[in-house]
Amino acid sequence: MDTNILTQIVFYFFAAMTVLSAVVVVFSKNLIHSAFALLFTFFGVAALYVFLGADFLAATQMVIYVGGILVLLIFGVMLTHKIAEMQLKSETFQFWPGLALVSVVFLGLVFVMLKTTWHSAVVQEMKPTTAAIGELFMTDYILPFEVASVFLLIALIGAAMIVRRRSQ
Amino acid sequence: MIGLSHYLIISAALFSLGIMAVMTRKNAVNVLMGVELILNSANLNLVAFSRYAWMNLDGQLYAVFVIVIAAAEAAVGLAIVLSMYRLLKSVNLDKADTLKG
Repeated sequence: MDTNILTQIVFYFFAAMTVLSAVVVVFSKNLIHSAFALLFTFFGVAALYVFLGADFLAATQMVIYVGGILVLLIFGVMLTHKIAEMQLKSETFQFWPGLALVSVVFLGLVFVMLKTTWHSAVVQEMKPTTAAIGELFMTDYILPFEVASVFLLIALIGAAMIVRRRSQ
Repeated sequence: MIGLSHYLIISAALFSLGIMAVMTRKNAVNVLMGVELILNSANLNLVAFSRYAWMNLDGQLYAVFVIVIAAAEAAVGLAIVLSMYRLLKSVNLDKADTLKG
């Protein structure tokens, strides 16, 4: 019983961290603050994956999102702004109508989620998922797996082609 | 007891905040951050349903594919933002109105 309460405290801590840092991402005036708040959002989502027993996905989230996508986004901030001039302000457009619409969307989603009776299975105890995921990738999901690898190659070549300087 | 609805509400909050960033921000990099938030909320939903509603790992596999697509999207999106900066000397999305009639 004692560990159960401890688990809940840790869960609510990570849930609050995820949502509050996402709020900072969206509402912060400073672009660098947004980028660093996004770090905590990704980290909080990885912690929630651990709570859901998805150990492989939590590690993937840390490596790809925190190590890859976030660094890429910070590169994007650095390359498109003059850091010396400190013009890292991010303006907003139609702030209040957007906030009203998003509040309606959020409340509608929560209402539907709480009203629906979801199909629920008996929750199994957590066990390592890496071997099972690897096996599924090599058997049932072999075609999407191969398509994803080709897709990544295409995206890589496409990104390099877009930013390449054209020789006149 | 932590149940499915907890994760669904967190995911709905992340989704709404992502939509907010996409709709109201003028900076292109900030819009990309909003898209990442939306993809993360979808992933959280998939993994939560994989644990509480289904009995198998399918949801986690879908989440891996979503992460693959998010990585590709970030790379191509930032490439577009960089070439837009080179062309317009700005990443303000209001400036990219060449196609406006």
